[in-house]
Amino acid sequence: MSYSNYFNPELETMPVDQLHELQLKRLKQTVRHCMNAPFYQKKFQERGITPDDIQTLEDVRKLPFTSKEDLRENYPFGLSCVPLKECVRLHSSSGTTGNPTVVLHTQKDLDEWANAVARCLWMVGSRPEDVFQNSAGYGMFTAGLGFQYGAEKIGMLTVPAAAGNTTRQIKFIKDFGTTVLHAIPSYASRIYDVMKEEGVDPQRDTQLRVLCIGAEPHSEEQRKRIEYQLGVKAYNSYGISEMMGPGVAFECPEQNGLHIWEDYFIVEIIDPVTLEPVPDGQLGELVITTINREAMPLLRYRTRDLTRFLPGECPCGRHHRRIDRLQGRSDDMIILKGVNIFPIQIEKILLKFKELSTDYFIVIETKDGNDIMTIEVEINQMFTDDYARLQSLEKEIKRQLKDEILITPKVRLVPKGTLATSDEKKAVRVKDLRKLF
Amino acid sequence: MTINQLSIFMENRSGTLIKALELMKKSKIQIIASTIADTAEYGIYRIICSEPSRAYKELKEAGVAVALSDVFALELDDEPGRAADAVRIFSDAGLSITYMYSFLLNGKGILVFRTNDNEHAREVIILNNLKFISENDLSQWK
Amino acid sequence: MIWNPNKECMSRDEMSALQGKRLHKIVEYVYHNVPFYRHKLQEMDLTPDDIQTIEDIVKLPFTTKKDLRDNYPFGLQAAPQSEIIRIHASSGTTGNPTIVGYTRKDIGVWSECMARCLTAYGVGHEDIFSVSYGYGLFTGGLGAHNGVEMVGASVVPASTGNTEKHAKLIRDLGITGIACTPSYALYLAETMEKIGITKDQIKLKVGAFGAEPWTENMRTEIQDRLGLKGFNLYGLSEIMGPSVSYECQEQFGSHINEDHFYPEIINPVTLEPLPMGQPGELVFTTLTKEGMPVLRYRTRDLCSLIPGQCNCGRTSVRMSPINGRSDDMLIIRGINVFPSQVESVVLSMKEFAPRYMLIVDRVNNLDTLMVQVELRQEYFTTTAFDTPAAIDELEKRLANKLRSVLSIGAKVQLKAPNTIERSQGKSAHVIDKRKL
Repeated sequence: MSYSNYFNPELETMPVDQLHELQLKRLKQTVRHCMNAPFYQKKFQERGITPDDIQTLEDVRKLPFTSKEDLRENYPFGLSCVPLKECVRLHSSSGTTGNPTVVLHTQKDLDEWANAVARCLWMVGSRPEDVFQNSAGYGMFTAGLGFQYGAEKIGMLTVPAAAGNTTRQIKFIKDFGTTVLHAIPSYASRIYDVMKEEGVDPQRDTQLRVLCIGAEPHSEEQRKRIEYQLGVKAYNSYGISEMMGPGVAFECPEQNGLHIWEDYFIVEIIDPVTLEPVPDGQLGELVITTINREAMPLLRYRTRDLTRFLPGECPCGRHHRRIDRLQGRSDDMIILKGVNIFPIQIEKILLKFKELSTDYFIVIETKDGNDIMTIEVEINQMFTDDYARLQSLEKEIKRQLKDEILITPKVRLVPKGTLATSDEKKAVRVKDLRKLF
Repeated sequence: MTINQLSIFMENRSGTLIKALELMKKSKIQIIASTIADTAEYGIYRIICSEPSRAYKELKEAGVAVALSDVFALELDDEPGRAADAVRIFSDAGLSITYMYSFLLNGKGILVFRTNDNEHAREVIILNNLKFISENDLSQWK
Repeated sequence: MIWNPNKECMSRDEMSALQGKRLHKIVEYVYHNVPFYRHKLQEMDLTPDDIQTIEDIVKLPFTTKKDLRDNYPFGLQAAPQSEIIRIHASSGTTGNPTIVGYTRKDIGVWSECMARCLTAYGVGHEDIFSVSYGYGLFTGGLGAHNGVEMVGASVVPASTGNTEKHAKLIRDLGITGIACTPSYALYLAETMEKIGITKDQIKLKVGAFGAEPWTENMRTEIQDRLGLKGFNLYGLSEIMGPSVSYECQEQFGSHINEDHFYPEIINPVTLEPLPMGQPGELVFTTLTKEGMPVLRYRTRDLCSLIPGQCNCGRTSVRMSPINGRSDDMLIIRGINVFPSQVESVVLSMKEFAPRYMLIVDRVNNLDTLMVQVELRQEYFTTTAFDTPAAIDELEKRLANKLRSVLSIGAKVQLKAPNTIERSQGKSAHVIDKRKL
């Protein structure tokens, strides 16, 4: 069967001036629609603007920024622009510390989201005959349901394997003839390691062809290694749960930067300190305005992700601009195994244990292709030699951390005084030894 | 350089320790030194005894989960600081002690231990001319 | 409210005629597309033309879990792979899970059946509904999810885990409905009490409870503690997933979506169909499924069909609550577990003797599974087991393997040789301390 190279041929290859026209039309609609939310009304008043001030694409800079804190402070429904009964889905970020963020979707939002993901998957060669296996967590985590709906939209046989259980993942890859796999990079390496242990040769015993990797920073070298190990082409995926999840930007077969869908988003890259746009090609913070969302549009959302625009046309024929792979964060967020973690979350849990001192130290390193987080904590008083009690303390710390940050770190108990710093300034709590950029 | 040690796997429930001890009593085996490594679920009871081979056989026949292994046994003068000196030598050689315990024998301290690399440890003992005991030195109990 | 009165309130004659027509079609469909069924029918000297009315169903062969296992993974699939858009899996009796493929139409039918359930419970588009079944291969999460989207309520895909956060969301978002296992509902109530969320701070009014058997006592307790009305939701992945049957406001038996799933009750020993009202084993035939239709699938669930018509206006037949199994399957936290699965794992590891015990309990309303296995004595002749670290490692390896096969975590307890009693009989390997 022969297919087009594009899932939405017209929108993907639209000439730039038409694309800009479409963007402006949708931007104006979005700004007017935002006035349904008291949150945006207030922000507009503070800046002294009205929707009528937005007449050109450049006028986007007149708009106020939105941040994760805004979402938290207006929890749960403060940024909603439609009545709740028109919403059919809600996703919420992890964590019991502080308010979570809540993202609402109407049916149209879900359809558009599925379309964006389908467009990405199609771009890297997925077709209805393919078998798509998704190893992302399902439920509130957006990469599970996000990829599920996108893959089903294409009509692929979709296996919601969900996270973990590597032996079973491999069994399914073999038994179902999985051709397209979605996994975060460290988990793809893990799958390869377990395949090796079990005597499975990915080239001989599987039909894997395409790997979608994202949600976790990784280097080009890491990508090349995974491609070589699994015998696949690996494509970078970028998503932001506050927008919707996966489907925001994706690499094309050129593997040179990620196309960000400009019929969905207006993209800026700014200096995180001055908040002014940086010249094209220079590193800065990615700021995104959604222009076709109904339930919860976001104006100039500060992603805190650092990247740059890649100059020039892409040979693939799509005119949507490309961004470089992520170069880090403008805050202290750690991305590990696809999960966003703030050190403050860990601190709050550790403070609950009266057996521990207030000092702690987080080390993240790559061992055999796996990213591992180790948290060193100090024991306040020595428990004589009660090994069993130390063991259960360690277990309980791990359990509570897992509830909060969704992954289980290694916990090392160390004697009091080991981690204390004489430094008056705030001690460095995190050491990220991964080679990412 | 090494002596025999029995290791008994024990579930944490009443009656398991006494069962093993009663068996040794019945077989007239004398315990010279022993220690329990305890975890939340089970323990490992390590024993230096008279006639370890016979003890091993009897325990095994009685269905006890028991292993017989060799552990290093250094002889140290019975005075403060000697254990530190000995362990320092292994530490400087890059070796880790996995577990260790000690007992007194004829006025000397006996340091029983295992390391993460027993071949290497053997060399270190020889090269540093450390004093050790062997199974024969425990003959007074046999 | 009734989602689809045309189907849910059909007269008996119309329903029988529709079922007969659909049965003929599905038999013809599997005859031409599933070699397994063609051979079975040929062996019995049957052709699709022998099946004209719904009464003819008794001529058809049964399908069992073993048939699914023997034809793993896609042997019973009727639609071509390119038409299948989703896979779900449930526990198999040994290492291989049972695989079920769905076409786009199947997902549509499933969503509608689920919408019928939710409407019967009183859920509408103004509701905020939390789905707290596990998402992924298990049918509970995505199955309920699609139905909630179809009725137009806001679905919160809470999935399982992190109950404290979930409790806060229920309060903060004003969640009005929840789908979960009944034991999870009790655990949730307990968590709320622990963190100080009271009944009057929450707006829950509907609970869709299923995936495990429950009692009237549990219903009363859940309703009392969460201030909602709890409804039964029944399903199994071999047939579809949740939405095979559902309680209405009358709460007298669960209405079966019998235009899609035709029920029979049989004597599990003689395999003879039993008259209406008599308890026996529940058997289903899927009348409209494209991906993996099954004929007379033996569910092993014991219950009865309820004669007479319901006051709610629906004419569809009702089934009584499940009151047992005709095999040794356990349901733990909504997941089906077979002792034979544990056996397959134990036998695959040379460190263990072929003796094991599953101990199931309910602690603070959460099901727990402990698997005891016996170490082989030969493995103590080596020094490998001399340290706690080595034994911990073995324990971890076993726990991981069990998790991979069972899909739920089990606590592992290593036992010294010859400490697990040998006994005979069906439940020789199981101690179920739960009181149901």
